[in-house]
Amino acid sequence: MEQKKETLLEIHDLTISFRMYDRLLEQRDLRVISDLHLTVRPGEVAAIAGSSGSGKSLLASAILGILPENAVVGGHLHYKGQELTPQLQARLRGSEIALVPQSVAFLDPLMKVGAQVDGHRRPRPVRRREELFRRLGLPEGTEDLYPFQLSGGMARRVLVSTALLSNAQLIIADEPTPGMGLEQALEALQMFRELADEGRAVVLITHDIDLAVAFADRVSVFYAGTTVETAPAADFRAGALRHPYSRALWRALPQNGFQPIGGFQPYAGDLPRGCLFAPRCPLAEEACRRRTPPVREVRGGEVRCFYGS
Amino acid sequence: MGLEARNVSFRYGRRQDWVLENVELRLERGERLALLAPSGRGKTTLAMVLAGYLAPTRGEVLLDGAPLSKRGVCPVQLICQHPEHAVNPRWRLRKVLEESGTLREDMLGDFGIERAWLDRFPRELSGGELQRFCVARALMSGAPFLICDEISTMLDVITQAQIWSVVLAEAERRSMGLIAVTHNRHLADRIANRTYELE
Repeated sequence: MEQKKETLLEIHDLTISFRMYDRLLEQRDLRVISDLHLTVRPGEVAAIAGSSGSGKSLLASAILGILPENAVVGGHLHYKGQELTPQLQARLRGSEIALVPQSVAFLDPLMKVGAQVDGHRRPRPVRRREELFRRLGLPEGTEDLYPFQLSGGMARRVLVSTALLSNAQLIIADEPTPGMGLEQALEALQMFRELADEGRAVVLITHDIDLAVAFADRVSVFYAGTTVETAPAADFRAGALRHPYSRALWRALPQNGFQPIGGFQPYAGDLPRGCLFAPRCPLAEEACRRRTPPVREVRGGEVRCFYGS
Repeated sequence: MGLEARNVSFRYGRRQDWVLENVELRLERGERLALLAPSGRGKTTLAMVLAGYLAPTRGEVLLDGAPLSKRGVCPVQLICQHPEHAVNPRWRLRKVLEESGTLREDMLGDFGIERAWLDRFPRELSGGELQRFCVARALMSGAPFLICDEISTMLDVITQAQIWSVVLAEAERRSMGLIAVTHNRHLADRIANRTYELE
């Protein structure tokens, strides 16, 4: 319990399944997140990188309590040492915890974006909003546009400003930068960094690992619904990663080789036994296919691999 | 010959500012062009004009010297930036794919599309999974020109590299003309043999 006090968000053994109808009325649970751990402390930018469809956005929804109705959640979620119950989530979201949603479809298509960003705040925070828009490089007059009149990158910047305008202690930014130019993306991430430096915290879900590494304190790498590695950001540049999947991810960047590895992430309904990455892993041995590797602490990071060093 | 934008200008309404002004662009079969510009400068608008979704306010878009045909599968296929807006939410994904012609089994494998996904609805898949359907749909149509509007920004970098290797191989094999809209210069260097900067 001691530890839970100094952390802002603590997630232990999180499991998320979807109850699906198989055939006729037969129900089946599809497990999309298993044994996931994540700790976020005040003052931190904790980045989450990893495979598409590995459950990153679901994790964001689970923290906010906005999962679809057929989702079943197991494990422990704590915010400031308190268990995150649905009642607490309803009270916190939008005020203590803010989300930058992944999809631009979250914008109300029938409402001008200025009014959407202001939300229900009265008096309307016009000056702060204008300042945010200016810093994010949104042209004057953007507030009077409807979402369909925005480019992809502009819509993202509007979504980012909604979260930055709140006084949330924890911001969950789900892929905030796609569609933005490099300079704008850097500016947006810099603004998240500044929030963290003020003592708040940011969970940054992103595929731009090169950018994440530049702004985050720690990076967690997700694969097939679980964390395979959590590493200090500096370890990426230094080539000191612990898990073979993290290393493959780094090597697949266009500037680092653009080399894909073979195979695909296993489908949630058809997960392999043992280590989830074993079917694609160059180091996999018999033991990996029999037993799920435990999370181990290695050189100031965590890795879920028998051989990670 | 090939795909041509001749002096194309575009605005969304008479009272609005011009988004595109006097754009001249030419793309031959077998060529791969990266289209670069800051956000909000009309990259997506140009992509939609070239693929026939929007008619230019002035100027014309020609394919082999003639306007784009309005019947059948469009020979200039556009893959959009936001897959969640590009598929019919009420169709199962099998139907989404079949709309473009015959379902090519080899391509499902190349893109890692699970058979089970074919019977699902779009909202049951992640953005990255949906985008693979959109890329497969565009390639299965057999169109000679392909415009990729930031198709891989929502994908992890391994999947990004995988998808581009399939797209580039298919483009090479069929000598397709390809335009890739991107903000990532490293990616542009990897996929294109020429760049075009929108003013």
